[in-house]
Amino acid sequence: MKRFRGFIIKEFYHIFRDKRSLFILFGMPIAQILLFGFAITNEINNVDIAVLDHSKDASSEEIINKISASSYFSIDQFIERESDIETVFKQGKVKAVLNFEKDFSKKIIKENKAYIQIITDATDPNTANTIYNYVTAILQNYQQSKNRNITTPYQITPQTRMVYNPELKSVFMFVPGVMTIILMLVSAMMTSISITREKELGTMEILLVSPLKPIQVIVGKVVPYIFLSVINAIVIVVLSIFIFKMPVEGSLFLLGLESVLFIITALALGILISTIATTQQTAMMISLMGLMLPVILLSGFIFPIASMPFILQIISNIVPAKWFIIIIKGIMLKGVGLQFIWKETLILFGMTVFFIGLSVKKYKIRLE
Amino acid sequence: MEDNKVIEVKGLTKMFGDFTAVSAITFDVKKGEIFGFLGANGAGKTTAMKMLIGISKPTAGEAKVAGFDVASEAEDIKKNIGYMSQKFALYDDLTVKENITFFGGIYGLTRARIKEKTNGLIEELGLQHHTDKLVGSLPLGWKQKIAFSVSLLHEPKIVFLDEPTGGVDPITRRQFWEMIYKSANKGTTIFVTTHYMDEAEYCDRVSIMVNGKIEALDTPKRLKEQFNAETMNDVFLKLARG
Repeated sequence: MKRFRGFIIKEFYHIFRDKRSLFILFGMPIAQILLFGFAITNEINNVDIAVLDHSKDASSEEIINKISASSYFSIDQFIERESDIETVFKQGKVKAVLNFEKDFSKKIIKENKAYIQIITDATDPNTANTIYNYVTAILQNYQQSKNRNITTPYQITPQTRMVYNPELKSVFMFVPGVMTIILMLVSAMMTSISITREKELGTMEILLVSPLKPIQVIVGKVVPYIFLSVINAIVIVVLSIFIFKMPVEGSLFLLGLESVLFIITALALGILISTIATTQQTAMMISLMGLMLPVILLSGFIFPIASMPFILQIISNIVPAKWFIIIIKGIMLKGVGLQFIWKETLILFGMTVFFIGLSVKKYKIRLE
Repeated sequence: MEDNKVIEVKGLTKMFGDFTAVSAITFDVKKGEIFGFLGANGAGKTTAMKMLIGISKPTAGEAKVAGFDVASEAEDIKKNIGYMSQKFALYDDLTVKENITFFGGIYGLTRARIKEKTNGLIEELGLQHHTDKLVGSLPLGWKQKIAFSVSLLHEPKIVFLDEPTGGVDPITRRQFWEMIYKSANKGTTIFVTTHYMDEAEYCDRVSIMVNGKIEALDTPKRLKEQFNAETMNDVFLKLARG
């Protein structure tokens, strides 16, 4: 045990004396969470729109007021002709144009039906879609309030309600994903690099010739990263609670346990990579291509799994990150307990056992 | 005089697929001997050495190191040997002191013993002013000397040195060999590979490997007589050219 302690102390020296790894360990999580939280977002705020109002009557004015009163839109200008629409889009500032047809109020009263055209700049399809949804929501809201006042023909309007993230705060979606990426990066990439580094320098040979057992060498290399990853997870959760007011509905204890499980999964992958790679560079490339890309693309972090082609949906099942994201979204946003996520936990656990088994086997072969 | 043999090798063979890296080598090394293990690059020296230090399993034959079988008792061997490789053996980003503490620790030395050893070692090498410097900042020759001392920390019966003086200047090499003599006089057996033929002259006995086989094994003096050569270099050239 004493031998082991010395080994871990040495490992911490390596980490704290290497500026690069220190940066990856502590700079990266903070930078990523702030970046994703503030910069990359699905929300819209004060989007500039233009209005082309052919009727200029009470109803159209009410709607325009309602829209400009919301924090999502600000009305940049009023235009007079259809031909101006293209001009304002080309100028680039305005992202959407609302086009009210002639005799808007009259048509609502007489025909119970009136049209507004929402024209959006779809060069950025996500924003366009979001703008469309927001405007529609405001219109529905308006319609509802109108229907409440007049008793006669009331029509049923479909009602959407966003649950768990009613304000559609995208940061709530990103935090679990960023946490997954960071834990994967720190645990898998850093361990695989630190193990291959010993191979590259030739010190691994010295360690293998010493009375330390190979398993002790590996565990000794991994323990500091478990510790650092846990600290990282805590930093991420604390940042998201205090800066982004992210709720953690479920048990923090369960969140911690699940995170440790995922950290171990990632470490097992890191060890596996280090048994294949002989240089630090290879280890880094395999980690980035083999782990980070699936985490970003196939885990449901950015792109919903349900809308992927069938074959990719199947492949996504072998990405451990997918299951971890389901688990932590459940705990953080829905506040569920283990009874709702035991299946995902079990899958993650099974994967971990499999990866550890595989790397132990690979490691032995290498020693022959 | 069976007890006197610390390394006994009989018909040791290592195959990688169809390729025979080490072909049925047989030799003994006596206690306190400086045994030179020579051969061109790719002759099988390192492979043979890896089997002796317990990190590579022999395909056939047997070998005992410090009385333990390499195939079945590798863990016991590891406690009784020191090892220093041609690739550098210390951590560059640790200080001299930290390196000594670390390696002492993994060989199970007590803290008091490590401290005692550290002080002795630092005095012997004249490193008083450099104990807290990172090893990476020291000249190569110093590093090699420290690495050698570190491989002796746990007072092993046998030290395996894999081209320990590669890339080092002649003066440091000379000092290095003085250190080797000193520990051999204390009873440590030295098993050293080298491709500097002048160094072969310093060894008590020398074996020369060609294509996985030991082609010659004797004292340097007798080898020179046998091959009618002036220097060990000539002996080596005659052997290598067949």
